[in-house]
Amino acid sequence: MHASPVAPSMSAEQSGPLPSEQRVVNDFSIQVGTVNGSGSQTANNVLMRSIFQMGVPVSGKNLFPSNIAGLPTWFTIRASKQGYIGRKKEIDFLVAMNPETAREDVMSLAPGTAAVYDAPLNLNELRDDIHFYPVPFDKLVAPVCPEAKLRKLVRNMIYDGVVAHLLGIDLEEMRKALYKQFGEKKKKAAELNWGAVLAGRDYAEKNLVKTDPYWVEPMDKTAGKLILDGNTAAALGCLFAGVTVLTWYPITPSSSLAEALISYLGRFRHDEETKKATYAVVQAEDELASIGMAIGAGWAGARSMTCTSGPGVSLMSEFIGLAYFAEIPVVVVDVQRVGPSTGLPTRTMQGDILNNALLSHGDTHHPVLFPSSPEECFTMAQEAFDLAEQFQTPVFMNMDLDLGMNNWMSEAFPYPEKPLVRGKVLDAEALRQLGGFARYKDVDGDGIPYRTLPGTNHAAAAYFTRGTGHNEKAGYSEREDDWIHNMDRLNRKFENMRTQVPAPDVHYMEGARVGLVCCGTSRYAVRESRDQLSRERGMNPSWLRLRAYPFSKELEEFIDRHERVYVVDQNRDAQLLMLMRMEMTPERIGKLRSVRYYGGLPLDARTVTDEIVRQEGL
Amino acid sequence: MSTTPAPPRKTNRIGLDVLPYRGGRTTLCAGCGHNSITERLIEAYYEMGVEPWRVAKMSGIGCSSKTPAYFLSQSHGFNAVHGRAPAVATGALLGNHTLQCVVISGDGDTASIGIGQFMHMLRRNVPLTYIIENNGVYGLTKGQFSATADVGSKLKTGIVNEMHPIDCCLMGIELGATLVARSFSGDKRQLSAILKAAIAHNGLSVIDVISPCVTFNDHVGSTKSYAWMKDHEEPLHELDFVPGFSEIEVELEEGESRVVVLHDGSRVLLHKLEHDYDPTNRFHAVEVLHEATRRQEVLTGIIYLDNKRANFTETLDMVDVPLATLPMERVRPTRQVLEQIIEEFR
Repeated sequence: MHASPVAPSMSAEQSGPLPSEQRVVNDFSIQVGTVNGSGSQTANNVLMRSIFQMGVPVSGKNLFPSNIAGLPTWFTIRASKQGYIGRKKEIDFLVAMNPETAREDVMSLAPGTAAVYDAPLNLNELRDDIHFYPVPFDKLVAPVCPEAKLRKLVRNMIYDGVVAHLLGIDLEEMRKALYKQFGEKKKKAAELNWGAVLAGRDYAEKNLVKTDPYWVEPMDKTAGKLILDGNTAAALGCLFAGVTVLTWYPITPSSSLAEALISYLGRFRHDEETKKATYAVVQAEDELASIGMAIGAGWAGARSMTCTSGPGVSLMSEFIGLAYFAEIPVVVVDVQRVGPSTGLPTRTMQGDILNNALLSHGDTHHPVLFPSSPEECFTMAQEAFDLAEQFQTPVFMNMDLDLGMNNWMSEAFPYPEKPLVRGKVLDAEALRQLGGFARYKDVDGDGIPYRTLPGTNHAAAAYFTRGTGHNEKAGYSEREDDWIHNMDRLNRKFENMRTQVPAPDVHYMEGARVGLVCCGTSRYAVRESRDQLSRERGMNPSWLRLRAYPFSKELEEFIDRHERVYVVDQNRDAQLLMLMRMEMTPERIGKLRSVRYYGGLPLDARTVTDEIVRQEGL
Repeated sequence: MSTTPAPPRKTNRIGLDVLPYRGGRTTLCAGCGHNSITERLIEAYYEMGVEPWRVAKMSGIGCSSKTPAYFLSQSHGFNAVHGRAPAVATGALLGNHTLQCVVISGDGDTASIGIGQFMHMLRRNVPLTYIIENNGVYGLTKGQFSATADVGSKLKTGIVNEMHPIDCCLMGIELGATLVARSFSGDKRQLSAILKAAIAHNGLSVIDVISPCVTFNDHVGSTKSYAWMKDHEEPLHELDFVPGFSEIEVELEEGESRVVVLHDGSRVLLHKLEHDYDPTNRFHAVEVLHEATRRQEVLTGIIYLDNKRANFTETLDMVDVPLATLPMERVRPTRQVLEQIIEEFR
């Protein structure tokens, strides 16, 4: 069994003596190594939430295998008083619960790390430069949990008590976090688990002497903030976007988005009088059917969507090309995982950028939105539906597993003030006034034609939707001029999106000669790396976070204002950079450099910093 | 000079003449069975007085999939991707369940590339009329066997099919369609009655219409040719359709005919031929199909009918107005709802 891939490998021989004790407050990472399916997620969430409730910025990352139960899994909590919530590669505090990986986990730690471990594992024999805290979990769990079959689950709560004592976490906050986690309906379970926390705390108080430097102290940086995962946030965004049709096929890591949305629709989207649903959900037989249904619904005028991951998007390719060419609104949320092929289903990557932008054969391109936080998942889901209907086209929302399935600290979501954008739809009354319409005619010069919905009671409403060549009146045509005219109009429509999609987030620094460009969750590593470069190397790079494709003029201006621009990609082939190159002048392309990471874990700042330092020759 | 006034145009019960029920000029081969089916569709929709704007005509890719362009010029049509019309039609009905949906497909669409979607559409009992224009070959790609070609059937080039055919009616009965029929494009009277019954039916109707391909599959050795059908068609019963809006009293002689009442009050009259056939008996329906295959007969008529099972859009329990037309107030939850949800994450 492999060791935790989170920390750099370092053998005991290379290590030195314990570093001098120095209080490190609210700036460390905790990693908990457990067994998949052992119920550790609850204990980990309670631990993270208690730190969050003390006002300390936190983030939680779950590194789990593609397996139901039995394989190793790691959960990392980062506390950062500076508010850095990207992944930190280095582990400061280990909780080793999984016998299979515990030894290797310990061997990979840097000197000075703290390690709570299950006493019978005798991990303290491995090294003398680690702050070890042995805890006899089995002995402690028996008295607090008389039911033997529950012990496996309750056992994990004991480490929460131990860690709370060692780090100085307010026990009252931990109690609140635990009861919130279990909710009103599971009070008995909460009491049982709280007993385990206290047993851990009591043991630690009486038996462990703290030698590590890590402490949690109250701060005021999390007031009003939320903790949730991006998939839930995106589901809420779709709910408040007024989605009416969701058709989907289960796939990691997007399933929890559909499941959350189904749950919210069930709670909040029924007619008050009749109790009937103002939505429809279908779990389709495969991804081809799910996108086909979503397109059919979009054609009929519904706000329709599907959510999936890379393998699903691959299957949807033909249908997406049809929706592009026939000009049918539909939203596709792609929660990316590691590819090609089945790849690493439970690891993260931004490997579908080119695929989303250019999906299907022939000359196709699609708008792609790049949310980077739960708040943006919420707001951009609404923008995705508006853009799809405004431009009558498929719109991709390009998330990743890190954003979708991990826990993030977030601002509270703003209630959407903007009315829904339903686009250019002609009803029977409009047709009576106009006398008719041509489905694919560019009446307004913006490339966006008018459409009618099936069921419109007017003799002139009907038109024929087809993926084959058509003229302005939607009639079948193989004429060269019709084809070129139509393709040029589609391109004009796409060009018009540049000013309508979310603008990039730009931060110019005084005198900066180097710029950093990224999208999505790379934002956190890039932001922290910028500070590292400034602090450690005296560089002062500007940075720009792309929020959508097609790119707007701000990106070109950004490149023009810097001598070199590093484009940060979480994929092997520098997909974001390639997409930029497709549109740039040779002069601008000449300024672009690439920083890539594709190991399957969330990108961390040190990886970005090290690569820029190497390329800059610093 | 005096002129004779033109005779009043014949109209149907909703006051429309036949023109809105017609479509574009066919581009299929002269004599193609599909064109006969188109004619029967025009008649059926006209005679039943269906409002054209309420109909959504869906298809996949292939010769058969051109059909929607040739009827109901005032209805929205959708020529989707090969074999995947079921998904698009299902989605369209999710967006607007008040649409009357008809899918025209072929044997390639249905039994090969789209068989997965076909099967799941059956399972869901999606309320639409699904017509298979079945000629046993791929016409647009110039004559390859399809999955409905019979064992021993020959291509023009002499190649003999050795694969077992897929019987779309058997699949329909087995997997959940609630009206399953087989007909022949050359049998005007029967096909017309079946189409009307299908349009009136509140559930999924699968109609497998043997429709000879005059260019690639109408030769000696083909089991989907006009000549073969003339010799091997075995009607299960004589069919009449009495629409629900009609007040016609039909006199039935006990033991001679069987009446099935559809959800809208329409009636299908099955006149006894060789045996007293009960189309609501699923097991018997499967049995007679197998028996016909063994005898190398093509059994035609309404083979199976279940007029009680709820259809797919009914099971979703959606509001009465189409989802597509819901205003923002009904689809965007309130500010209070957002605050309530946010509190759960604090």
